Amino acid sequence: MAGGSSSSTASTPSLVDSLFQRSLDDLIKSLRSQLAGTEPVLLSRALAEIRREIRSSDPDTKAIALQKLTYLSSLYGLDASWAAFHALELLPSSSLLHKRLAYLAASLSFHPSTTDVIPLSTHQLRKDLSPSSPPHFSSLALHLLSLSASPDLARHLAPDLLPLLSPRSSPPSPLRPKAAAVALRALSLCPDVVPLLFKPLVDCLSSPDPRVVSAAVGAFAELASSGDPSPYLHLAPEFYRVLADSRSNWILIKLLKIFARLAPLEPRLAARLVDPLCDLLRRSSAQSLVFECVRTVFSGLPDHDRAVRLAVDKVREFLASADDPNLRYLGLRALSMLGPPHSWAVEESREAVTRSLADPDPNIRREALRLIMGMVFDSNVFEISILLVNYALKSDPIFANDILDAVLTTCGRNVYELIVDFDWYVSLLGEMARNPHCTRGEEIERQLVDIGLRVRDARPELVRVARDLLIDPALLGNPFLCRILSAAAWVSGEYVEFSRKPLELVEALLQPRTSLLPPLVRAVYIQAVFKVIVFCFNTYIDQLEISQLSSLGNSTTGGASSVIESKSAAAASCIADGITGIESNDGIATGDKPASLFSSMENKDPFTYESLTKMLILIETAVDLLAENDEVEVQERARNVLGLIHMLREVPTWKTEEQGFIKDNRIGEIVNLLQSMFSEELGPVSVNAQKRVPVPEGLVLEENLANLAWTLAEDDTAPSMSISFSLRSHQHGETKDDAVSSVQSTSLLAEHRKRHGLYYLPAEKDETESNDYPRANDPLLPASQGDASEDLVRLTDQSMIPRKVKHSKPRPVVIKLDEGDAVLTSPLTAVKESKDDLLSGAIHDVLLGKEGKPSSSQKRYLDKSSQRRVKDVSDNGESISLSKENLDLGDKEHRSSGSRRSKHRSHGKERHRSPQKNEEKEEKNHRNSTRSSHHHERHKHRQRGEALLNVAPQAPVIQDFLL
Amino acid sequence: MVIRELSGLILTRGPKLCNFVEWKGYKVVYRRYASLYFCMGIDADDNELEILEIIHHFVEILDRYFGSVCELDLIFNFHKAYYILDEILIAGELQESSKKTVARLIAAQDSLVETAQEQANSISNMIAQATK
Repeated sequence: MAGGSSSSTASTPSLVDSLFQRSLDDLIKSLRSQLAGTEPVLLSRALAEIRREIRSSDPDTKAIALQKLTYLSSLYGLDASWAAFHALELLPSSSLLHKRLAYLAASLSFHPSTTDVIPLSTHQLRKDLSPSSPPHFSSLALHLLSLSASPDLARHLAPDLLPLLSPRSSPPSPLRPKAAAVALRALSLCPDVVPLLFKPLVDCLSSPDPRVVSAAVGAFAELASSGDPSPYLHLAPEFYRVLADSRSNWILIKLLKIFARLAPLEPRLAARLVDPLCDLLRRSSAQSLVFECVRTVFSGLPDHDRAVRLAVDKVREFLASADDPNLRYLGLRALSMLGPPHSWAVEESREAVTRSLADPDPNIRREALRLIMGMVFDSNVFEISILLVNYALKSDPIFANDILDAVLTTCGRNVYELIVDFDWYVSLLGEMARNPHCTRGEEIERQLVDIGLRVRDARPELVRVARDLLIDPALLGNPFLCRILSAAAWVSGEYVEFSRKPLELVEALLQPRTSLLPPLVRAVYIQAVFKVIVFCFNTYIDQLEISQLSSLGNSTTGGASSVIESKSAAAASCIADGITGIESNDGIATGDKPASLFSSMENKDPFTYESLTKMLILIETAVDLLAENDEVEVQERARNVLGLIHMLREVPTWKTEEQGFIKDNRIGEIVNLLQSMFSEELGPVSVNAQKRVPVPEGLVLEENLANLAWTLAEDDTAPSMSISFSLRSHQHGETKDDAVSSVQSTSLLAEHRKRHGLYYLPAEKDETESNDYPRANDPLLPASQGDASEDLVRLTDQSMIPRKVKHSKPRPVVIKLDEGDAVLTSPLTAVKESKDDLLSGAIHDVLLGKEGKPSSSQKRYLDKSSQRRVKDVSDNGESISLSKENLDLGDKEHRSSGSRRSKHRSHGKERHRSPQKNEEKEEKNHRNSTRSSHHHERHKHRQRGEALLNVAPQAPVIQDFLL
Repeated sequence: MVIRELSGLILTRGPKLCNFVEWKGYKVVYRRYASLYFCMGIDADDNELEILEIIHHFVEILDRYFGSVCELDLIFNFHKAYYILDEILIAGELQESSKKTVARLIAAQDSLVETAQEQANSISNMIAQATK
């Protein structure tokens, strides 16, 4: 019916519209009775209808339109922000029906940052908040303020909250609790209003009405947890009184939250809290309260053994509750709050924790994993990682990958700070790659390459692991593993000198199933082949030269080393025994290889002319097929390899006899040239390397490049053309081969298969069919859940407590860069910090005024009458900064009230500090004693270097300065 | 968007699992009543068990108001559910722990609205008749 009437009125709503308006019920019914798939149509029709009706001058029509819109926006997620103005239009209505709808629509459509009509509502809100308007109206206004107030709105309306908050208005407003909650919003949005609102809020704490107390306590809990809690420290007696008086669990939970923040700041408060907390822990039957007590003890009173003991017992009860997964989950959460000093607590319940790894709830499993990984130290990383990686084989795919993730991040943390035995870790990476569920290829790839670059001593093992991965044809079909294989191929190409059997490596790299790999990975494979060829020839030549030299009559070592000065020592070692002189050789490529390598390479087959020829033929056969590959990367690299082989073949003498080979040194030159290309060691690159490059003079980076767009447009078709051109021009005499290669390919393939029968399944017919190659490492039998958890319990045999282990092997050098770079904080946190500072600073001011004590420098000193202590206000929470460049100890020595949260934000604070330096200087003479200790501490910090960046330093102790 | 992702996450969870999920850095506490799910996103340091109790509190009040509440009650009276929620929570804090008080407040508002509505209806009827 609405459709018929709307055709005549396209845009302006008419009386007809309002008469025949669909009600909300109609709309809901039509949406619910819709046919499948018509929902978008119905929704857009309804929206069009609303858009028309909402402009009606009739408040009823407008209200119903708004109501329909709020329905659609909250149930169907339609955007309602466009209607903010219409909601505003309806706010002044005197009917509660309309007003409620208008406020509801406003709270859903107002976004404090984006809605520009919010200021228009100020007047109406003020009117509704005034004591003369009915409490229902004020309540609505308070709700809107609590949900979508902007800082400006908070500032303008703060005075209007006062009558509602005040205890003196008689009778006390029934809206006082709501007003208290809104006052909290106003305070956090706009610190300017603190002087106005803070005192009434404090007064609420002593109200006889528990609702008011509850609201006020809730507000303070929010304030204390969102910013710096130290300003609220001297309200502690007040909170303590409420704690003693109140019997409401709702209030107690909020109070405990406040105390959890305050207790670390003030040891005496913590001491006084122990008794009431233990009392609550023992007596309360409400699990929520018990849990909050546990959290308070763990975060606020970790040094009070009696309380911690009791709390840990409660947590064990939680963990043991078989029928309540919530308690098990929360128990694990609570345990993870305890730091390393309390690892005995985890130790005690380790059986429950490890059993949780097999819990039916994935969230509990994840939490248990997180807890276990938090307990990893360099002494037990070995056992825990191995057990977890083995357990991952049996668990479901998602959790298996969570485990792998956890192990990878923990072990890779801070440039592998936990890892001592890299050989072990590298082989662990290999095992992870073989997990059938593994989808973490990228991270494993990154770590394999990264370790190769950073840890020289791990390379032989790395090459061994890479070889095992490469040689297994079953891994090639798994798309998640191709990244790992790419890393393995790169590693074995780059560090081929550690490979025992380069020929076997070549066969692995060229096995037919590599066709399953994505082109970029194939390109890496082919490049690795290239490196292997160069290495083999280089070794071969060295071999010849040395045997020649020794046949010349074992000339002096000096002479020998001068001839082969630029040759690879490692290569030389694999040929002849007894050439000890060479060890003093300082070759370019491998001069500083550890001596242990030599022994491992002795059993390597020396290259012979035959083996090299065989290798070349093998490579040529396999790579020839790729010279016409569609993928540019593969094609280009394949042609590079073919070009090299071609070049080597063109030198006639190398085939004839070995003597002539030395005389005609062309091949030696070629190989040397290529070898020197690859011999330069690749190192890790600093994250900030790019930033350190100075901008060349005259280069304008900010210049607008838009006017160059036409060049791009013209070049659009060029790339593919140019690439094929350049390739062809570089290959000499290849075109003939290209033409026939496709014809040959089938026969070559057959030949290849004959030779590498081992890589094929007997029944295999087609390359494409091989995609469903069975995984070689499928778990044999899916172990039952019970078995799994039994296995897990075995983990408990290993202690999770850190213990000192003597490492048989010194930790190898790990190249690190970016020391100190990691401490950069985002500007976002800095901004937040400054806001927090404003708020807590403002609150300090208010408290100062309240105490009525004079102070020399406003907001710097706070005389706490109860405890006679001076705390530094504006600098509180500042930690010892770890930034290396700032060596000015003068302004470092503060101490701070040691909130742990501020640790990672210390950078944000630096900028607030400068105006205070003068004041600090005045104080210096008071602090001589503390300074020396800080000196010491800073030294320690520097020695431990960036290991500290992630580890939270111990909370500094509060210092008493009696004035 | 939020609703779609969260419901996908929560609905797939079995009945005997815990009531907490983590989602994009938030903690979400949910509770299931027959076919109705109630979810609340909370801060990292909020007490999960307390939130469960708040949800239960809300549901009890809804139940009392609608008389064994069901999905349809909430769909057709979604704004009333909002009003009730407003009486229980403000700025994310529980402000009224007494079920009776909430019921009384809501009833008072409803009666006000009804009288207003009756008036409004009579006026619009008059207008409607006048324009015929």
